[in-house]
Amino acid sequence: MTMLLAAPAIDIDQPFLNAILALIAITLVMTVAVMYATWYERKIVARMQYRLGPTRTGPFGLLQPIADTFKLLTKEDLRPATADFVAFEVAVFAIFVPAFLAFVAVPFTANWFVSALPLSLIYLLAVSGLSFIGFLMAGWGSDSKYALLGGMRAAAQLISYEIPLILAVIGVVMVTGSADVYTIILWQDKVPLIVWQPLGFLIFLIASVAEVERPPFDIPTGESEVAGGVFIEYSGIRWSMFQLTSYVNMYVFALLGAFIFLGGWEWPFGTDWGWGWQLVLTTAKMALFVVFYLWIRASMPRMRVDQLMSYAWKVLIPFALVQIFLNGLVIVYDLPDIALLVTSGIATAVFCWLAYAVVRRGGRRRELQMVPVRGSGRPAAVLAQATEGSTA
Amino acid sequence: MVLEQDRLIETIDMPINMGPQHPSTHGVFRMVLLISGEKVVDVVPHIGYMHRGGEKLMEAMDYRQGIGYADRTEYLAQFSAELCYVSAVERLMEIQVPERAEYIRVILTELNRLTSHFMFMGAFGIDAGLFGTSFTYAFPQREYIQELFEEVSGDRLMYAYFRVGGLAWDVTDNFVERCHEVLKHSQEGIRDIDDLMTTNEIFMARCQGIGAFTAEQAIAYGLSGPMLRASGVPFDLRKDEPYSIYDRFSFEVPVGNYGDVYDRYLVRLEEMRQSVSIVEQALEQMPKDGPVVAEKLPRRLRTPPAEVYAKVEAPRGEWGVYLVSKGGDKPYRLKMRSPSFCNLSGLREMTVGQFLADAVVILGSMDIVLCDVDR
Repeated sequence: MTMLLAAPAIDIDQPFLNAILALIAITLVMTVAVMYATWYERKIVARMQYRLGPTRTGPFGLLQPIADTFKLLTKEDLRPATADFVAFEVAVFAIFVPAFLAFVAVPFTANWFVSALPLSLIYLLAVSGLSFIGFLMAGWGSDSKYALLGGMRAAAQLISYEIPLILAVIGVVMVTGSADVYTIILWQDKVPLIVWQPLGFLIFLIASVAEVERPPFDIPTGESEVAGGVFIEYSGIRWSMFQLTSYVNMYVFALLGAFIFLGGWEWPFGTDWGWGWQLVLTTAKMALFVVFYLWIRASMPRMRVDQLMSYAWKVLIPFALVQIFLNGLVIVYDLPDIALLVTSGIATAVFCWLAYAVVRRGGRRRELQMVPVRGSGRPAAVLAQATEGSTA
Repeated sequence: MVLEQDRLIETIDMPINMGPQHPSTHGVFRMVLLISGEKVVDVVPHIGYMHRGGEKLMEAMDYRQGIGYADRTEYLAQFSAELCYVSAVERLMEIQVPERAEYIRVILTELNRLTSHFMFMGAFGIDAGLFGTSFTYAFPQREYIQELFEEVSGDRLMYAYFRVGGLAWDVTDNFVERCHEVLKHSQEGIRDIDDLMTTNEIFMARCQGIGAFTAEQAIAYGLSGPMLRASGVPFDLRKDEPYSIYDRFSFEVPVGNYGDVYDRYLVRLEEMRQSVSIVEQALEQMPKDGPVVAEKLPRRLRTPPAEVYAKVEAPRGEWGVYLVSKGGDKPYRLKMRSPSFCNLSGLREMTVGQFLADAVVILGSMDIVLCDVDR
């Protein structure tokens, strides 16, 4: 529906009107899509947790998002008496608008897009990086200490993770020689870029989780520490707009990942099979990312704020630079494509091993001297290995 | 002049109030944190929101009625609290508890340790930032034990099943089979939690080296239970001053090497495995039938004038009851030594200098029960 309006096939002869219609359609369609993303998330996370998720509202709880929406819309819209009126009210839109603006440059299929920008990749990254201003405004405007902490955390996190994200994308731009998402998709007609850029893909994946502030990087909103963070003072429709935005952002990064690393609608069928298959491919690849985001939400604890920062600056950014360096080597010395896979693959292995080894080393721990007291205790870790067989 | 004043930006540490309505203070605990950025500079704990004067209430009741208040004080390890209270009275009155009753007491108390530690595992995962997965892994298995308790005692929370001199009534006929069934589920739960958390890199990074206490510090602050053992002190009342019939079972006392939050988690996880083994041994040795209440108990329990201190190893540490009697059917003075209260005393020492998020994890690792702290 969205794309039909925007597609060249239905050519309303007024570009301005056309764009307005397309944007309205995108907003409506994405809102519904997000509503069902919440349903899907609740269902799939419930399954991972021995639960059923919503079952009472309609078949399989399918009407749950609608019930939730009505509940949120009818809730009282509260504003703290001491809040900074302008910052508090505008913050919602400062987050909401950029998230939806990103869809302008998203080519859902070969023909369906709002606008074909020659630098659409840069546009997408730039627009999605705007939301931190909104988080700062919400954090400051709420006049709550928890919100302030959350806002500061959000700003630091979003800015820090923007860098590895963009560096990973630069690797893609180097290989394909284009900063247009459309061209990058067409470039992957034989092999998707994930094969040539495994390290870049991994960094993109991790950094995108941090950019959409989902667990384990949900530090700005972590409910066990800052109890909702920037959203703590928002209620009703405003709160739901924040939630909506966070899901829309998730879709944007899932789509971006599907386009630039998994081949979008081009790989593996090409464009000959028509728009239907292209839409299926786009959706399926996007869904892979979304399921990944949901999966780690159910299985990962939250990182701490200093760990988050050092992970961005000490691990992700150096490795993103390594990826760029390797790409540069291959391009400058005109090596065959397989060199990309080999070098990036080795770097990926080192990356994974480091993440594993550094944590397991337990650098901050200091071993205790056993105190001679009555009794016969044995180290828990040793016992765990000894009794593993008996309880299994 | 004006310009200079404008340049003078004063930075102060921000006091932030955590609780009593904060999601991760495990009830109505409140701490006022002084933070500099994300670092904690000072912590002031505020307790007493749950104070009900339980000790005074127990002094106003006779010895049988007091059992219910032992439950209400430690609502996650009710059987341990009951056991401590009734054994204090039994020691005053010099009552010999029948063999079968002792075994059933040990079985229920150890199963109660499992439910309590399952509760810890679930809540601690959430403190560390897991989206409820630890909780939903632990709770279905905990629920099986809870159902068994309900079958045995007739209540889900306030069991009041241990009585002075034995038990309120005998267990159900299929008790042994039901226990084996429940243990199977518990082992499943322990394995699930182990798989989910123990070797998770983020979990390790969050917990290792945080809130570390040396053995000297732990002893100085009067910590007990898993908190003490995680700091490398191999002290467990079940082993070192065996009460009831704990000297008949072989089990290990897990001890930590580093004294940090991660060790406290590991110690508790291992204790759960040891509890399973104790219950299995007890089920094997338990006499098939026999009385569950001591014979010739008077209708109204009267104690001779004396005083006694009874202590048990509750899931959170040493649970003690100090009972002074001046004769008659009511205690003259009753004082409870609750492990949560003493363990909480280390909070400031552990938290200062750590990050705000660590304060939550450290508090979670103490596994406090607020009713137990405030009484």
